Amino acid sequence: MSAEIPDWTTGREGLALARCRACGHVQYLRRPFCPECGSEDLGVEQASGRGTVYAVTVVARAPSPELSAHAPYGLALVDAEEGFRFMAHCPPEGVAIGDPVLTRFRSFGAGLVPFVTPEGTP
Amino acid sequence: MSRITGIGLTPFGRLAGASTLDLMSRAATDALTDAGLERREIDGLITGYSTTHPHLMLSTVFAEHFGLRPAYAHAVQLGGATGFALVMLAHLLVEAGAARRILVVAGENRLSGQSRDAAIQTLAQVGHPTYEVPLGPTIPAYYGLVASRYAHEYGIDEIAELAVLMRANAARTPGAHLTEPITAAMVRDSKPIAAPLRLLDCCPVSDGGAAFVIERADPARPGPRIRGAAQAHTHQHVSAASSLTAFGARDSAGRALAQGGVALADIRYAAIYDSFTITLAILLEEIGLAPRGAAGRLAREGHFSPEGAMPLNTHGGLLSYGHCGVGGAMAHLAETVRQMRGEAGPRQVAEPPLALLHGDGGVLSSHVSLVLENGR
Repeated sequence: MSAEIPDWTTGREGLALARCRACGHVQYLRRPFCPECGSEDLGVEQASGRGTVYAVTVVARAPSPELSAHAPYGLALVDAEEGFRFMAHCPPEGVAIGDPVLTRFRSFGAGLVPFVTPEGTP
Repeated sequence: MSRITGIGLTPFGRLAGASTLDLMSRAATDALTDAGLERREIDGLITGYSTTHPHLMLSTVFAEHFGLRPAYAHAVQLGGATGFALVMLAHLLVEAGAARRILVVAGENRLSGQSRDAAIQTLAQVGHPTYEVPLGPTIPAYYGLVASRYAHEYGIDEIAELAVLMRANAARTPGAHLTEPITAAMVRDSKPIAAPLRLLDCCPVSDGGAAFVIERADPARPGPRIRGAAQAHTHQHVSAASSLTAFGARDSAGRALAQGGVALADIRYAAIYDSFTITLAILLEEIGLAPRGAAGRLAREGHFSPEGAMPLNTHGGLLSYGHCGVGGAMAHLAETVRQMRGEAGPRQVAEPPLALLHGDGGVLSSHVSLVLENGR
């Protein structure tokens, strides 16, 4: 089921969420059960990638020598319109809390990561 | 009721050549001497962890190394909250009668035992392995996210004052890692690390160790009493925090105070975890020791200075005494005990009858609060 929904954590461009069919709780940090009610009846869905910036920083000092070539890079917590929060990369300048953003994906380190930009930017 | 009858605290900083076990041993030796006890009089041992000496059984590794044969022993891992969690556990264990005299000890050569890159990389792994770590965050980045939200809601211009205060306090503390005076302008102009946090908003990585002897209250053996102890755990990963401006500190501190039958207004000394200026601001405000958004302003006005209404981390805190991992927050308790005994030298404040201590681990996700009563 979830294999049909593209998900950046498995290397395919897409942001996936799991919705509990029993209580409706939406989770992003995926477990095979609902952390609210314990049900294992989950439906995996594609998120739109539209959201609002909740917090944003710029990493000037990367955690490893392999990533330092990328620094500085923007890092944001985004509230998705489907009701979950996710961490994403963003441009190091021009992104503020409250901005509506769209999600794309870019290569970083060993894989693919979500990259959000303010709506209306090319 | 339990009492803290012995403290041991090494200098923090670059202590080249000292291993985790060396630093634990130095602190433990000092705590036993301070308590007037021999090794054989210790029947319980609780240790933290060390990133430079990862081991499944650090407590018994240390027991063998140091020469203890405790009836009760294990290690505890709770990130930055570990130090106070160890103390809370020792308090509960002696009250329950599981042990009579417990040695609580931690130490780590976090600075000289590994490269700075290795330290930063190890610590960044507290992020979610699938949904956060691949994005290249660091501990300062997690707290930078928190700080951005705080800045958005309350304004952040004055939190640099907390770093200035910690440095001034450290300058009067033998063994402090960083003692050169700084100004708020120097904090605001220091190297960007994770916006809006700059280098001087961040604690250093240090080598060091700390230890306590905690035993069941006995009128013949004086020492500060643990009046209340409580915890709150709200999340692990910053992505899963329901808010980045309200955490579990109020809940934890409130229950510790209630347990001790103490009102916040009765507290005369505060020992609060300060891994970053933002950590200290949020914890002070959430506990109720400062109005929301006002911790930096109160620091500038002298409220938290040794001569102010609420002396805070008079040894210099993690921001300037230093941060060696589990032992980092234990220095806050060692200093509180010294202040209660009247042994704080040039930093001595009016001996506080009651103190509130608070530690956090993860990204403001695990909270431990202690209420200490002077029991000289």
